[in-house]
Amino acid sequence: MSNSNLTRRGVLKTGAIASAGFALPTIFTASSAAAYMNEPTGGSVTLGFNVPQTGPYADEGADELRAYQLAVEHLNGEGDGGMLNTFSSKELTGEGILGKKVEFVTGDTQTKSDAARASAKSMIEKDGAVMITGGSSSGVAIAVQGLCQEAGVIFMAGLTHSNDTTGKDKKANGFRHFFNAYMSGAALAPVLAARYGTDRKAYHLTADYTWGWTQEESIKAATEALGWETVNAVKTPLAATDFSSYITPVLQTDADVLVLNHYGGNMVNSLTNAVQFGLREKQVNGRNFEIVVPLFSRLMARGAGENIKGILGSTNWHWSLTDEGSQAFVKSFGTKYGFPPSQAAHTVYCQTLLYADACQRAGTFNPCGVVEALEGFEFDGLGNGKTTYRAEDHQCFKDVLVVKGKDNPTSEFDLLEVVEVTPVDQVTYDPEHPMFAGGNLGQCNAG
Amino acid sequence: MLGLNKKDTRFLLIVVALTMATPILLQPFPEGSGLAQFNAGYPDLMQRFAIFGIFAIGFNILFGLTGYLSFGHAAFLGIGSYSVVWMYKLLDYNVIYGLPLAIVMSGIFALLIGYISLRRSGIYFSILTLAFAQMSFNLAYSVLTPITNGETGLQVYTNDPQVLLGATEPRSPHFFGIVMNNSSKVNVGDWVFTFNNGYYFCAVIAILAFYLSLRIFRSPFGLMLRAIKSNQQRLNYTGLNARPYTLAAFVISGMYAGLAGGLMASMDPLAGAERMQWTASGEVVLMTILGGVGTMMGPVLGAGVIKYMENIFSKINDQVLHGWFGWMPDGLEDFVIGISHFFVGKSWHLTSGLLFMIVVIFLPGGLVEGGQRIRAMFAKKRGDDDDDPKHQPKQAPHVAE
Repeated sequence: MSNSNLTRRGVLKTGAIASAGFALPTIFTASSAAAYMNEPTGGSVTLGFNVPQTGPYADEGADELRAYQLAVEHLNGEGDGGMLNTFSSKELTGEGILGKKVEFVTGDTQTKSDAARASAKSMIEKDGAVMITGGSSSGVAIAVQGLCQEAGVIFMAGLTHSNDTTGKDKKANGFRHFFNAYMSGAALAPVLAARYGTDRKAYHLTADYTWGWTQEESIKAATEALGWETVNAVKTPLAATDFSSYITPVLQTDADVLVLNHYGGNMVNSLTNAVQFGLREKQVNGRNFEIVVPLFSRLMARGAGENIKGILGSTNWHWSLTDEGSQAFVKSFGTKYGFPPSQAAHTVYCQTLLYADACQRAGTFNPCGVVEALEGFEFDGLGNGKTTYRAEDHQCFKDVLVVKGKDNPTSEFDLLEVVEVTPVDQVTYDPEHPMFAGGNLGQCNAG
Repeated sequence: MLGLNKKDTRFLLIVVALTMATPILLQPFPEGSGLAQFNAGYPDLMQRFAIFGIFAIGFNILFGLTGYLSFGHAAFLGIGSYSVVWMYKLLDYNVIYGLPLAIVMSGIFALLIGYISLRRSGIYFSILTLAFAQMSFNLAYSVLTPITNGETGLQVYTNDPQVLLGATEPRSPHFFGIVMNNSSKVNVGDWVFTFNNGYYFCAVIAILAFYLSLRIFRSPFGLMLRAIKSNQQRLNYTGLNARPYTLAAFVISGMYAGLAGGLMASMDPLAGAERMQWTASGEVVLMTILGGVGTMMGPVLGAGVIKYMENIFSKINDQVLHGWFGWMPDGLEDFVIGISHFFVGKSWHLTSGLLFMIVVIFLPGGLVEGGQRIRAMFAKKRGDDDDDPKHQPKQAPHVAE
């Protein structure tokens, strides 16, 4: 349709400009002398806190961020030191990490793996973060863990409960302090059997995505081993807000336990619906109908309000624990922010301390050194009793709490009570357990 | 040159120059200065500029030319990504296998979805495409987990077949040995410029995509598409069937989206289902409108502005604000931080929302119109006002027509 006149001068000019443009990158290529990715060279070291600040898990994300800031203060010797004082390893002295002041950058994962990876990438590429931590969803945690493995930085997982994080998607550069779906099942099942009997018929409602499935699989396996029968397991879409149509069929079966494999807003809605349909007053074969929520958090309990009372579930940590470490943490968190921390806050605080301590012990920020220092590391004083970072899958093994919605809460934070502390031996599994098999840590990557 | 007239050639050359110099242009502040926060010249963001630029250019072929507003283009983005990651898993990390497949696959899906959706126009068309996209998202998120790996996102495992993988081949996406992740850093004084292989790979493809779209805009086919936008009824009365044209435009823009999705997976070997969610489809609509519907440069600009805000503004937290305003007296500092708190960090959506409102209200032609107005102002001063390369058709009054 259209044409232009080619002139010799024009062609030469454009050619010269274009070749200058192409050649530019190669003219002053500076080779970097760093031994590993983002080696901190100045007087400070940068950590990347990548949490959901918008989206369905924004509450958890906000609490995580508070805990991270607290951890950084304590590492830099400000505040009262929190769990640094109770931590069994005494390497950290409040002078930063390896004498470098700890600084941090934050990012918003939006609870989407793409956004989370973009945010983590900018922390690594732009801000020079040597460690990334956070994540309030297993999908996000696994996505970012994979990224950190490729980029050559350490990933300290936050709130992620799926078996896959340290199962089929485990990575050498990734570590998880939080417990997982298998542990929830293993801890919860004996308590359920003791309270509700061994001949119950369970009906599962499961959030239809990876975490929901591993959760359902774990609980089913654990309860069936004790004699329960699974009547039905129904998948509900993640975006569902009204669960009435899923609750009505429950009434028509002879099930006498409803297991809600839901988290966050999903769980709040499904539990509310179940209570509205009178499931809690229902009697089946002369026994009370029961509802179980395998993964509990205080923030969820607050959302569910009255309905949560008496319902059993499991949790990683609760602020009412009376050990020295938990108390120190609750005290410094409460002093700074005016309310007790959630389990999400606790796990990310621990992760930050554990990372700092590993660097200190390894004498370097080199990811491979840190991995070596964390593998098989045994510690105490961080609120969960004696804990081990297992070398085979980088999962922490510690006691698991079985909790119950409190009947008579004394404040808006006092919503859960600890029913039983399940000892670590009972929730330990083989690294090649079928629910975790298929993964491969690979080699640590230093960039 | 290249079948373009003089103005378009100049325009294309300017675009090429800008794209090639992006790593320098986006790094205007020296490292270590307070303003370094606003630098955007790091590989990931630059790659995103180029990729979403392609996505928006393609979307504009459909929306800008025919006026059909698709709310489901993110589906093709996802399809492209999944295709590329599957090629990594089955063959090897060379992107040469995945990218063509991404374009073909998204083309096939676009043909199917377009064939059905284009039976309606206006708002009904938008709703149909939205429904298809949400269907694709839900399928990818749960039902098709064996293919898509669901919530976790499809990624490459060490035990995948990767039949073509050579012993010395890079273990991350590459183009015949040019590893996407590799960059060369150049220090000039206090400035650090990062020239990233992946970015230049995307940039070259983006320029080709831009050129192709420019040719489409200037072709008889493009003219026909504009006729559909301005008055489809009249076109029908003249005995022309508009459907094949709209379908072709839909498939072409779907293929652009697939290419963009494939490039995303080429830069970062993971395909997540969220990429297909309706918010992602909405985002490209915002980009196009923000930049200027139906213009050549607008969608690219819009993509850049939105990605810049998402990645730069969202990272300004209270700590950074304290660093900036620390020199103010205490009360004033808290006040200023309290106010700015609502516009940065996790509230960056508010800023982008406000910007979007301002643009839509005062500059219906998008940022490009803003540029043209400024230019017209200067042109008038010089007493020379016919130097305006109209790269846009006249605006139709209603975006959803």
